Amino acid sequence: MKFKLIQAAVVVTAGVVSTASWAQDATGAGASFPAPIYAKWADAYSKATGAHINYQSVGSGAGMKQIRGKTVDFGASDAPLLDDDLAKDGLVQFPTVIGGVIPVLNITGIQPGQIRLTGQVLGDIYLGKITKWNDAALTALNPGVPLPDAAIAVVRRADGSGTSFNFTNYLSKVNAEWKSKVGEGTAVNWPVGAGGKGNEGVAAFVNRLPNSIGYVEYAYVKQNKMTYALLKNKDGNFAAPDADTFKAAAAGAEWNKSFYQVLTDQPGKTSWPITAATFIMMHKLQDKPVQASTSLKFFDWAYANGDKMADELEYVPLPDSVKALVRKQWGEIKDASGKPIAYK
Amino acid sequence: MAATLPASHYEDAKMQRSDPMGRPPEKRRPAPWADAAFSVLAHSAAILTLLLLVGIIASLFIGATPAIREYGLSFLWSSDWDPVQDKYGGLVMIYGTLMTSLIALVIAVPVSFGIALFLTELSPNWLRRPLGIAVELLAAVPSIVYGMWGLLVFSPVLATYVQQPMPAVFGNTPLLKSFVSGAPVGIGILSAGIILAIMIIPFIASVMRDVFEVTPAMLKESAYGLGSTTWEVVFRVVLPYTKTGVIGGIMLGLGRALGETMAVTFVIGNANQLGSPSLFEAANSITSVLANEFAEASEGLHQASLLYLALVLFFITFVVLSLSKMLLAQLKKGEGARS
Repeated sequence: MKFKLIQAAVVVTAGVVSTASWAQDATGAGASFPAPIYAKWADAYSKATGAHINYQSVGSGAGMKQIRGKTVDFGASDAPLLDDDLAKDGLVQFPTVIGGVIPVLNITGIQPGQIRLTGQVLGDIYLGKITKWNDAALTALNPGVPLPDAAIAVVRRADGSGTSFNFTNYLSKVNAEWKSKVGEGTAVNWPVGAGGKGNEGVAAFVNRLPNSIGYVEYAYVKQNKMTYALLKNKDGNFAAPDADTFKAAAAGAEWNKSFYQVLTDQPGKTSWPITAATFIMMHKLQDKPVQASTSLKFFDWAYANGDKMADELEYVPLPDSVKALVRKQWGEIKDASGKPIAYK
Repeated sequence: MAATLPASHYEDAKMQRSDPMGRPPEKRRPAPWADAAFSVLAHSAAILTLLLLVGIIASLFIGATPAIREYGLSFLWSSDWDPVQDKYGGLVMIYGTLMTSLIALVIAVPVSFGIALFLTELSPNWLRRPLGIAVELLAAVPSIVYGMWGLLVFSPVLATYVQQPMPAVFGNTPLLKSFVSGAPVGIGILSAGIILAIMIIPFIASVMRDVFEVTPAMLKESAYGLGSTTWEVVFRVVLPYTKTGVIGGIMLGLGRALGETMAVTFVIGNANQLGSPSLFEAANSITSVLANEFAEASEGLHQASLLYLALVLFFITFVVLSLSKMLLAQLKKGEGARS
């Protein structure tokens, strides 16, 4: 009996080890914002080629920890790393898809797109300086809109997140007091508000609380049919969030200089002010060239075949010029002998 | 004993004892190495548990060292929590943890006492079992279900029917005023405390019921015989007899309330600042800040501060649980003296 048990244990362990070291598999971890599209791509990719991509949606910060610790083959983050930090850790980063962060609200009788906000006012609401919906600053922006005499229930992310990074980055650019008092980051010291866990937590809070305001990724606005606000962009126009305004914002970015591009408050007549790209990080020097090659092949395949799937899930695919730049940069990812990792 | 056996039986037994019938069957003879191996296994299992405990404390301590070195004990009463400036203090979370648990106990203890009292003294016999099982089933509901129920069902009710009328009633009372201020959203310390109370009631109630049942019928009936009312019997006889067990049960509930994560995260509001001592104010608890921020915490002080908080929680629960263990051990001693 005992020997049988031991035998069984040995067989099971061997089985686990052998699946883990399956040559075709690659593992990634990080941001939750692009997780739906990575999962969809991975599913389609495994049907097309038989190779499995495991993506763990654990959050940008955790993804960075895992790629630095080399426990995964690629890390994912909504906040790009500065070029210096990349060099320090021997990493390269490249964007995959573009999305937007949208202010959403819940006021009885107010339709999507009926409320107009500026970055200054949005910042003041999140600073706790504007506390009522019928504040003079809001009524001046929204003449004729029946704004209630009610306290604003502010909702924001409780967990650290790339969504918060892009949101606070935008507020820091457009609201001086926000910049000096709170600043930007995946987690900040929020002056007011209740925190929801994840985009879904914030969406649930906003839907639940009357007279609330929050911010979520675009997909959640679409799926939950939430009431979004128009936001004034750098050129002075009020933009509505959709794929076109995200694209307009991304068009101005200078990708050929660096992939460190935060797309908030970009110029452009129609650009959405809180647009964001999401990024993949990989080690330049690969000690597991097979897995690295699988990862790169996967992203190459996704760039070539994944745009339609991205559209379906409300992400904006990268322009072809940027994809070409990314492929060029993949030449820097090499194995121990200095040979570039194949991605074709 | 033997004297009561019929003589023939006694004789049989004597015969068998003096004349062993051959050797024990081959199959049942123990292999000498099996005993040794089992002893090693059992010992190492026990030691492993201890090592794990020590390992957890040690790794928490090592992880928290940067924060301990930076802030020392002032971490415990500083309320700054600013990841951008890299400044941390645990007061809000420690306050949130203790306050929600306190509210939970204040609500859960009388209710559990009532449940236990009803089940042991007042309930008709046919209702006893189904009701007891129903209370125990409540303990099996996953905590995330309580959290979602709290967020989607309970907190709107609390906001509309309790929180909105409150300022009108207490708004001008100087001391109470600050306890009821805040936006009426139904999310905050009070809701978290109430949800925790609902979660720990089954634990406390079933322990109380079990110890109430241990009370010897003779004691109770004597009291009834002297003309005591049910209330007097429970309060003067049952409760003094079972007090260690009752306190042990309360401690178990408190331990659970202190460590609960998901349900609290849903309804406490996750705010790392405390504007006022209002029970309606969104705040944070140690476990929920860990759940929310650990994945995204940058290495360095942020992570160290979270681990420091974990260490504080470990200390709090350790104290609570060792107290409860001591009390339960005392109860066990008392049980021996029954009848």
